[in-house]
Amino acid sequence: MAAFRLGLIINPIAGMGGSVGLKGSDTAEIVARARALGAIPKAPARACEALHAIRAAEFPLTLIAAAGDMGEHEAREAGFALEILGSDHQTDTVADDSVRAAQEMAARSVDLILFAGGDGTARDMVRAIGSKVPVVGIPAGVKMHSAVYATNPQAAARMVLRYMRGGIPLRELEVMDIDEAAFRQGAVSAKLYGYLSVPYLPDLVQGTKAGGVSRDRAALAGIAARIVAAMTPERLYILGPGTTMRAVADKLGIEKTLLGVDLVRDGTRLTGDAGEQDILRSLEGAGSIIVTPIGGQGHFFGRGNQQISAEVIARVGIENITVAATMEKIASLRDSLLHVDTGERMLDNELLGWRKVITGFQTESICRVAT
Amino acid sequence: MSGTRSNFQAARWNEELIMELSEKGQRGIVPPAIDADIAAAVGDVAAALPAGVRRTTPLDLPEVTQHRVLRHFMRLSQMSMGFDVTTDMMGTCTMKYSPKAHEHIARGAKLADLHPLQDVGSLQGLLELMYRFNRIMCSISGMDEFTFQPASGAQGIYTNACLIRAYHESRGELEQRNEIITTSFSHPADAATPAVAGFKVITLMPGEMGYADVDALKAAISDRTAGLMLTNPEDTGQYNPHIRQFVDLVHEAGGLCAYDQANGNPLLGVVRAGDTGFDMCQFNLHKTFSAPHGSLGMGCAAVGVKEFLRKFLPRPLVAEAEGGGYRLDYDQGEGIDKIRAFIGNVHAVLKAYSWVMSLGAEGLRAVAETAVLNNNYMLSRMREVRGVTIPWPANNYPKLEQVRYSFEQMFAETGVTSHDVIDRMVDYGVQHCMPSHVPMLVPEPFTMEPGESLTIAEMDQMLAALKAISDEAYSDPEKARGGPYNAATTRIDGDVPEDPDCWAFTYRAYQRKKGHWTSGNRRKIEHHSGGY
Repeated sequence: MAAFRLGLIINPIAGMGGSVGLKGSDTAEIVARARALGAIPKAPARACEALHAIRAAEFPLTLIAAAGDMGEHEAREAGFALEILGSDHQTDTVADDSVRAAQEMAARSVDLILFAGGDGTARDMVRAIGSKVPVVGIPAGVKMHSAVYATNPQAAARMVLRYMRGGIPLRELEVMDIDEAAFRQGAVSAKLYGYLSVPYLPDLVQGTKAGGVSRDRAALAGIAARIVAAMTPERLYILGPGTTMRAVADKLGIEKTLLGVDLVRDGTRLTGDAGEQDILRSLEGAGSIIVTPIGGQGHFFGRGNQQISAEVIARVGIENITVAATMEKIASLRDSLLHVDTGERMLDNELLGWRKVITGFQTESICRVAT
Repeated sequence: MSGTRSNFQAARWNEELIMELSEKGQRGIVPPAIDADIAAAVGDVAAALPAGVRRTTPLDLPEVTQHRVLRHFMRLSQMSMGFDVTTDMMGTCTMKYSPKAHEHIARGAKLADLHPLQDVGSLQGLLELMYRFNRIMCSISGMDEFTFQPASGAQGIYTNACLIRAYHESRGELEQRNEIITTSFSHPADAATPAVAGFKVITLMPGEMGYADVDALKAAISDRTAGLMLTNPEDTGQYNPHIRQFVDLVHEAGGLCAYDQANGNPLLGVVRAGDTGFDMCQFNLHKTFSAPHGSLGMGCAAVGVKEFLRKFLPRPLVAEAEGGGYRLDYDQGEGIDKIRAFIGNVHAVLKAYSWVMSLGAEGLRAVAETAVLNNNYMLSRMREVRGVTIPWPANNYPKLEQVRYSFEQMFAETGVTSHDVIDRMVDYGVQHCMPSHVPMLVPEPFTMEPGESLTIAEMDQMLAALKAISDEAYSDPEKARGGPYNAATTRIDGDVPEDPDCWAFTYRAYQRKKGHWTSGNRRKIEHHSGGY
């Protein structure tokens, strides 16, 4: 059997902005300011912790590391013999270096990419490889809205080791990011950028603890069947983004924009990837909003589905909102809490409190919506 | 004896499956030939069977000598752990000492030779015992009638779901009332069994104190509410103080309330389900009432109901006969008729009866108080173990019979998980602990329930083992992650029992699956089991 091929990409500046209050490290200018303020990069040390743990297990593997401080240094420090990829980059890493490294690793048929960073780095992975190559993420960024990351470096190491031993299924988890510039102005505007393929290990990713992957699939199918069975003629259904809503679309036999909002009436897709104005225009009669919270994080409005604006929600009516999530996803949320951020304080307050969440064909949970 | 046991080594026989021990021509027992008169009187016994169900090839049974069969099971017993071998605090399971005197009574010919179909006139002693125990359980719980028919805790909870269904059906409301409410830290059977009975299930997630709050219940209640099914204390060992309000709200909405008292050990003689307003409840005789349990065998759930639900109980019930003595009452059933054959696992009832009679009312209360005291002793000492945290710090009330601890901090600091700790415990000669039922809302969970049987020295020994494992996690995490080293088997990681391809309940399934293992799960199984 050929040795397992493990790719390694470290975003060496991830996490720099955090310690000096800069809320991110997305641009070279911010990184320079962070350095001036005495920030120390967080990613290298966190990556080293994971690499040492992997090395200690003495599993036969070939490590393919990005050059220089994007992986090579840390891999050597942990004592790995390695293949180096590309040449050392010049200055502070820009996103393109991560993207290029991931693409090249995919071309060199790595079995898994271990990467360290934050939401920006996860976005780079989406851009480079989508869900083509499985990944394990070491959390090291300032912004950590994405569900793809392991709970800590040790967990990342455990995931890699378990995946290498074989027999571990994969599943898609969310990559989120917020607009850093807006965030610095005090406004949070988050977007769902895509999905990465992550080994399914119940204890090790941001909390995935409700049972097996087959049970999760069955729960998704159950949610879809339940929602479709409750649909009535002539009503407009506003389907939010995400794999849960994709399961609903699959059940209907229609196409779904994974990252966008789709409008459905009488079992057919009216508009794909609808914007706020499309939704408002289509809302002549009765309508329903069907959404799922972001895994590991809990927002069901205001993160990745801003097209479903406060005005849309007000027009549809709070009583016509359906929230659906597998028990798996609910278990991944801190204290099982849901969140909303519609941009309208009054509306947010109306949405607070206990809310029914559909978790399967015949099952629901009552979850708390908090600010 | 408060230190850890050193140089522990469990028996590791690498014993083959009994089917693999088979050698053509070996015999364990040669049954006596059938008496010629009997053979002539009975005739061809297979003739009555339809051709379609008649076996055409002989049954594939292992051929093994008697002493090898004995060795086989002796070896398996040597490779097992349990309360009769070592300290066992398996959370949510209420492990306790089962007095051997009760075992002897249950195995005696007076009970073992009885047949459920023999004439009731010759079963009077057993029926009297069942009847008297029924009254005892009524006074413990505040209910009016019990059945002992269910053979397991889950079957008892299922019986409750069926009772709720039968009640609403009798009132013509079943179509409307199709929702059961439960809580996330109740036993999963409180959600699973009503689903099997055809209900929709609504699960309340915990509030800030770690248990469901009243507003969550209000959000779940409607005119579709059929009932409430929950444990209290929940699996976390936390008692929901709003329970009376829960019951009242569900009653106001027209639903029934079922109290799963599998976690009933801390409540004996303290709180009665009936007094809290519940309409029905269930105890596991094989947990709280000391009948032994484990290996999914010989359980017995006692299901109790208020008078207005008596007519829905499974039949037969044991009743007083006119003119003295006892009879089996098959007549008044309007409900679920049968959950299981006959009147239940009577030897479990006999052991539970013996246990209650040996303790008396004061003794039962002492059981509850001692179990709670022991648990809070463990809780205070567990705070000394590095890397352990107690979830919901806002909840300062004492815990009842168990605690769900978290090793989240140890995991973040060392990479050692609660599963690693659990696997390593066995190397210290103590039984491992339960992590958590699903969904696992507490990160790196670890649930410990000391019960009332243990001495303080035994509890200290368990603590010493856990401290040693914690020290190892912080000094040599790689070693702490690799246990067990001295147990009867090597570790089985969490994902193996999750994967149906990796387990088999019959030899036939084992052979079939073994032939179709992918290289991935073959590697997984071989890695974890040391090879088949």
